[in-house]
Amino acid sequence: MTTEVLKAPLVVEFPFTRSLGPVQSAFLTGLREQVVLGVRTADGRTLVPPVEYDPVTADEIRDLVEVAPTGTVTTWAWNHAPRRGQPLDTPFAWVLVRLDGADTALLHALDAPGPDAVHTGMRVRIRWAAERSGAITDIACFERYDGDGDGDGDGDGGHEVADHDGQFESMVTGIVAQARLDYSYSPGRAQTAYINALAERRIVGERCPSCRKVYVPPRGACPTCGVGTAEQVQVGPGGTVTTYCIVNIKARNLDIEVPYVYAHIALDGADLALHGRIGGIPYDQVRMGLRVEPVWTEGGRYPDHYRPTGEPDADYETYKELL
Amino acid sequence: MTREIAVVAFAQTDHRRTSEELSEVEMLMPVLHEVLDRTGLKTSDIGFTCSGSSDYLAGRAFSFTLALDGVGAWPPISESHVEMDGAWALYEAWTKLLTGDTDTALVYSYGKSSPGSVRDVLTRQLDPYYVAPLWPDSVALAALQARALIDEGYTDEPALAAVAARSRTDARTNSHAQLRGSVPHGEYVVQPLRIGDCPPVGDGAAAVILAAGDRARELCERPAWIRGIDHRIEAHSLGVRELTDSPSTRLAAEKAGAFERPVDTAELHAPFTSQEVVLRKALRLGDDVLVNPSGGALAANPIMAAGLIRIGEAAARIHRGESDRALAHATSGPCLQQNLVAVLEGEPRHAQ
Repeated sequence: MTTEVLKAPLVVEFPFTRSLGPVQSAFLTGLREQVVLGVRTADGRTLVPPVEYDPVTADEIRDLVEVAPTGTVTTWAWNHAPRRGQPLDTPFAWVLVRLDGADTALLHALDAPGPDAVHTGMRVRIRWAAERSGAITDIACFERYDGDGDGDGDGDGGHEVADHDGQFESMVTGIVAQARLDYSYSPGRAQTAYINALAERRIVGERCPSCRKVYVPPRGACPTCGVGTAEQVQVGPGGTVTTYCIVNIKARNLDIEVPYVYAHIALDGADLALHGRIGGIPYDQVRMGLRVEPVWTEGGRYPDHYRPTGEPDADYETYKELL
Repeated sequence: MTREIAVVAFAQTDHRRTSEELSEVEMLMPVLHEVLDRTGLKTSDIGFTCSGSSDYLAGRAFSFTLALDGVGAWPPISESHVEMDGAWALYEAWTKLLTGDTDTALVYSYGKSSPGSVRDVLTRQLDPYYVAPLWPDSVALAALQARALIDEGYTDEPALAAVAARSRTDARTNSHAQLRGSVPHGEYVVQPLRIGDCPPVGDGAAAVILAAGDRARELCERPAWIRGIDHRIEAHSLGVRELTDSPSTRLAAEKAGAFERPVDTAELHAPFTSQEVVLRKALRLGDDVLVNPSGGALAANPIMAAGLIRIGEAAARIHRGESDRALAHATSGPCLQQNLVAVLEGEPRHAQ
């Protein structure tokens, strides 16, 4: 039997709040003030962007210097189709730029009319963002620069670095980095069948061919035997509360009054309890052994909650293995 | 004295652009069964299980715990997981076997890239302060490396296209590969890299069984003995690194003993054509070495499994008697940041 596999868009999005160390704080605050800082290593190299620890010796490094906002492209790549979140929304070159006075290169974007206008060794300068907050994006991008760094005509900048104490007014001590990834989620064969059956108000698990246990919801494999499950078994609709808890904290965006009961429910014929909310009974009258059945709302694709059937409570011996 | 440890079995899925009809465990389970069947072992015979995967790929939290359903982890097994390519899971299993605690280990890894956009997903492994906020995708970073190689005269675009063509031609004999035979080199993705210079995006899984000493000889007619294995990492900041070289690969190879004697075969985990150029140089591979007879990552690149597959492919050639001494390489991070090298050998074959 082939059924169409379920798919749904899934967006995973969260802001990461990150604190900065002393060197990162000085560098990012500096960008806000249109000052580019590097850090000196014990062997006299200047790293831009600066790091807190020497990448070779792992020594703590703290000696800051100011480098130039101009530099030289050390390698580049033409990006004709910018993607979400990238520095420019028109075609641009990714570049590694060694700023004048630095010994290492910084990754950023170069605004240029086309790939023919870009080459390794070309001179560029920072284009500052109009609004700056203390982030790498305070550099809007790089742009072509026709001047020579120090005017001596050798084209390499030759910038003399100056010591810097790394102190600015109202230092930036953290960044909030937005992260968003878009997926097209598919639950796979077993769970697709389960979800499709739920929409028809049937609860269908799968039986392990080896140990004969019926898993609800099925995930396609028996976690005990490590073999695939395929034989579909309709279970319930009645079931037994094996254990439960009383929820007293209202979840955001959830339209359920507290307190309410969330329970493990062993559906008749299932060898694994699933969980669901218990309704239609005061929260303080729910008990182990309570017999319940699913309640579908109009048009619902899955049970909204479970309610008491009115049957006598199940004997502990009948569900103790499912706790 | 260290223990002798060998790869005794290898299995992999057919790697495909999408496997949306299968959950991760549904994709993985047949491979686990196949690799166990090859040795006659059952889950309960395995002393240690180690896996590699990343939840970010499919956007599925704790997918590695669900994947364990495919192993049959009851009664509770000795188990570990790395959020890395399975080659690093194999490294952990190798160290576990070295301790003498156990004689067999199951290593598996899987990646489902089809639900997400892998170019964007991989930006999340970058430096979160200075780099990740710019969202430089994996092809862009590889293209910066490719440009540096071209500018310094190590390669050119036709040579890169030839790497792609050779890989996919070789993949004709690899029924598991996603891209096989004649594949158009296509337009630029991020110049200088064209579609053909980039690995296919796809889903897949692989598994390996390791065994020590005589146990290995019982389980496999010609075990692929791990003579050395090592992994090294470089600085995360791209601007600090020499992108046209791979000192971490060279050092890992040296520690693994790769330079002590020539190898006849090398399975290199070079997702981009330009990275094969870097690796050949770092590993001092001559033209007499057979490189990526499987087609390599340019023919199938299930992320998190493609490195383990290199070890598996190299071992399988030794099992079949097609190689006597092979090098397997796995990489992780942008522009070959972290590299693992294993040297595998078969015992001398006697004259028939």
